[in-house]
Amino acid sequence: MTTEVIILLIVLGAITLYALSVYNSLATGKVHIKEAFSGIDVQLKRRVDLVPNLIETVKGYAKHEKGLLENVTKARSSLMNAHTTQEKAQSDNMLSQALKSLFAVSESYPDLKASKNFLELQEELSDIEAKIAYSRQFYNSNVRGYNKTLAIFPSGSLGRMFGFKDEEFFEAKSLEREPVKVKF
Amino acid sequence: MLFVTTVVFVYGKASGYGLSYVGIGLIISGIMGISSYYYSDKMILGMSGAKQIQKEDNPVLFRTVENLCIGAGIPMPRIYIIKDSAINAFATGRDPKHSVVCVTTGILDRLNKIELEGVIAHELSHVRNYDIRLMSIVVILVGLVALLADFFMRSLWFGGRRDRSSSGNSQGIFLLIGIALAILSPLIATLIQLAVSRKREFLADASGSLLTRYPEGLASALEKISADKEPLEVANNATAHLYIANPFKGKARHNWLTNLFNTHPPIAERIRILRSM
Repeated sequence: MTTEVIILLIVLGAITLYALSVYNSLATGKVHIKEAFSGIDVQLKRRVDLVPNLIETVKGYAKHEKGLLENVTKARSSLMNAHTTQEKAQSDNMLSQALKSLFAVSESYPDLKASKNFLELQEELSDIEAKIAYSRQFYNSNVRGYNKTLAIFPSGSLGRMFGFKDEEFFEAKSLEREPVKVKF
Repeated sequence: MLFVTTVVFVYGKASGYGLSYVGIGLIISGIMGISSYYYSDKMILGMSGAKQIQKEDNPVLFRTVENLCIGAGIPMPRIYIIKDSAINAFATGRDPKHSVVCVTTGILDRLNKIELEGVIAHELSHVRNYDIRLMSIVVILVGLVALLADFFMRSLWFGGRRDRSSSGNSQGIFLLIGIALAILSPLIATLIQLAVSRKREFLADASGSLLTRYPEGLASALEKISADKEPLEVANNATAHLYIANPFKGKARHNWLTNLFNTHPPIAERIRILRSM
């Protein structure tokens, strides 16, 4: 074989190896993103499971806060029915807001505040909020790495040729920017 | 790159004097290094008198570690507590699946939740960045260099070298260089090891801050640590490099030369870098 042919083969080999590495990193990225998403789901489900317990406890002490309790229930069912990333992010925010208002109002019910059940639930829920925040962060940083590979050259063009598409960040578009209305 | 330099440097010296020595040296150093790597967690825990805790024993600590592991996407390490009022912490373990994080009761008493998060994030980053594995390899290489230097000096003393292939003049020069290297190389290798250790400390600070998205937490914890004059009782030279801050207090560290021999970068500089993020 002539040297030109050898050089050509080496170059083709290098390009193939590079394309392979791009494909593999994107494919691995997708698997990581899926896993991170199910991590968020696990925390969301834990919260959804605890909420009825909380509602029952609060109902016992604060019968007048029907409106707030209804908000929490509504937000919870919207989270249970959410499927896309957008819907989940939005419902998650709604539920967090509703729970925040509920805990704020509970300050004016000393019996409720002293209830051991309530305190335990409050601690659990605040821990779950932290876990949701961290799992969102982990998911988003995986999405960031993956989208970055798809954005830069030349891995981006190669990736799109292979059929990979951008993934969504876990964030709600509209609801977060609205100011929170606190009524006393 | 430092390793490549070190290894090439070692082979360069050894090639004139028989590769078999390198082989023996590598095996001995390797066995010591690898066994310390695999048992690193048991060894240091044994030496430090640490007690493992479960969720019920300290929910705040447990939850903090748990949440940060979710953020980092790594499995939870075993958590230990050392009874000592000095503020310090360390992490060890060859990979995230076999890792250990340990804090002193000093940390639990004196740092608030945000500062604790900063410290734990730093320790988890050591595990995530495979720093323990890295430092073990470095230690093996340093040990190798020291052993080879030793072998070389002994072979000179007993006046025998097996190969008679090199010519008269160049032999003499190599001999001189060889002696100089034999004396200096363990020192140079140790300095390299300490430099690597310092670099990885900075990296763990940065990775930890990326994890918590709040570098001020770690900065404020480091401030409290530097203000605390108490040395950690159970630490010794072998384990000092694993802790978050140099456990031997009470020595002035303003000198450029003493800084070269430090396993950790100066705390003031770490705080400055964190606050500028």
